[in-house]
Amino acid sequence: MTLRFDKLGVVIAAIVAYAALAAPFATFRANRIVPGQARPVLEALPPALGVLLLAIVMAGAIIALLRTPLVLRLAASVVALVALVVLIGVAGSFLTPAGNTFARVAPASGFWLLIFAFTLLLADVLTRLNLSPWARVGVLVVAALAIAALLVSGSWDSLSILKEYASRADSFWAETSKHLTLALGSLAGAVVVGIPLGILCHRVENLRAGVLNVLNIIQTIPSIALFGLLIAPLGWIAVHVPGAAAIGIRGIGTAPAFVALFLYSLLPVVANTVVGLAGVPRAANDAARGMGMTDRQRLFDVEFPLAFPVILTGIRIVLVQNIGLATIAALIGGGGFGVFVFQGVGQTAMDLVLLGALPTVALAFAAAIVLDAVIEMTANKRRVVETA
Amino acid sequence: MKVWLPALLRLAVLVLLVVFITSPNWFEPLLRPLTENGAPAIYNQGSLLALTLQHLRTVLVATLAATIVAVALAILVTRPAGAEFLPLSRSLVNIGQTFPPVAVLALAVPAVGFGEKPTLIALFLYGLLPIFENALTALTTLPGNVMEAARGAGMTGWQRLMKVELPLSAPVILGGIRLSVVISLATATIGSTVAAKTLGEVIIAGLISNNLAFVLQGGLIVAALAVLIYDGLSAIERYAARRMGQGTE
Repeated sequence: MTLRFDKLGVVIAAIVAYAALAAPFATFRANRIVPGQARPVLEALPPALGVLLLAIVMAGAIIALLRTPLVLRLAASVVALVALVVLIGVAGSFLTPAGNTFARVAPASGFWLLIFAFTLLLADVLTRLNLSPWARVGVLVVAALAIAALLVSGSWDSLSILKEYASRADSFWAETSKHLTLALGSLAGAVVVGIPLGILCHRVENLRAGVLNVLNIIQTIPSIALFGLLIAPLGWIAVHVPGAAAIGIRGIGTAPAFVALFLYSLLPVVANTVVGLAGVPRAANDAARGMGMTDRQRLFDVEFPLAFPVILTGIRIVLVQNIGLATIAALIGGGGFGVFVFQGVGQTAMDLVLLGALPTVALAFAAAIVLDAVIEMTANKRRVVETA
Repeated sequence: MKVWLPALLRLAVLVLLVVFITSPNWFEPLLRPLTENGAPAIYNQGSLLALTLQHLRTVLVATLAATIVAVALAILVTRPAGAEFLPLSRSLVNIGQTFPPVAVLALAVPAVGFGEKPTLIALFLYGLLPIFENALTALTTLPGNVMEAARGAGMTGWQRLMKVELPLSAPVILGGIRLSVVISLATATIGSTVAAKTLGEVIIAGLISNNLAFVLQGGLIVAALAVLIYDGLSAIERYAARRMGQGTE
């Protein structure tokens, strides 16, 4: 019998072998800023569970290595990931001496590499399964619920990231809402302004190059500079325009961050609206004109629906980009997850950095998956209409 | 008149930029009104020229590394031996794009320490994606008849790659590099939050001391660099496309 190897499996198995046997699984520190001591799997967990985890990841690696059915690979990656996320919590309580509130246990490189390897396997399986948009959103919801369940159950409470969270739970949720307001609010503003502007650029050719050039140049200004530059004009407005300060316009804080994100968001929305409208087949427009549709009817009933998937792609770019960029708002007192990232960098407390970075990455990732699914659904619908 | 106006404008921006970073003090009266309480109007904690060069070097090193890795990866997954990795590499690129630069930067610090290295890692990762995407598009959409002809002429796989596929893909790959350079130029400024020597230092110094003149000069130098480099690379791209257009006729 000849064994056939899966090429990606070779990579995964190599990562798993290194991560499980040679790299530390968790780090133990006496307090939150001293350098940590590495603990391999068998020292980080009670002996029985350590052996169990090693057995699970090794079995997973072998399944990945050989050419095995997709269902088996799916099961192997899910089982390994669940075992890892549950057992890292166990390692936290196992390594923390009873009653010691200063000690910190954090996942170490071995844990992250194992997560990476099995996520790679899972991503490969999901790509090969070619899931429908709804199914992809479903997978995302299940994963989100599983993580929420772990967080609520308290099985991760002994890990350092959650200890950082516990000591600033109130501000965490306040910053979360600020982050979302910044990212979503500026997107909403860009959609309300950008789509009509895009339609205008499509209709008035003289305007197109000028508007797109200006928006392009705005993109080249580094975010931290743009945030900073808006402080002065907004401060001036707050002092001199009656009522502006009352609705929250200030030189420092959320207002300049909001305006900066709005300005960055305009280009993808306007450009994609123009591209989408330009891509509407001439035949569709001619037919609409022949039916006696007014310009307005043609725009809303023909052009806009046909251009919608392209415009949505622009919105997806903006949303993912804004969720990331909103972290910079913290530098000018605008709040958001960046507050924890920059505080953490300043105190060299990496757990605090993670407290800001992980939710940002998770949010951006979830937004990308959901919007990709929506784009695919609208594009499919369009194809059905076209062939009908 | 319309033809040379943009060229003249670019030349003016270039001259202004060079004069500004070499003798910034000439512009002191212009920036003076933006400062308060007699704060310095021109960045005085280091030379703007040195920071600009370091900024450009960081972007160059990261982009070079990203180009080599991204193109090699795109070539690998478009060969029969690497075809298995194609769908996965596509989804990985999509996932990678969702990582915010600040997060990458901050998370790289514990692994490599403060300074230039985390910035290089973040710029490298960010630069990979547009180049890989464009290289993949170019290599998978080559005209079938050209590839047939190359095969028919008895070219080996290596010859086809070096003499046909890569030259034909060059304009599109260059487009990816241009995109990645422009993103990197702006993103490199964030590197200064983890102590990298880039123009971000000027901007952050301005934010900390509430000195608008610093923020403005840092931001404008980076924006001018980005616009000029973008235009320069676009010109090279058009040149490459023209050559390829002639080559396939």
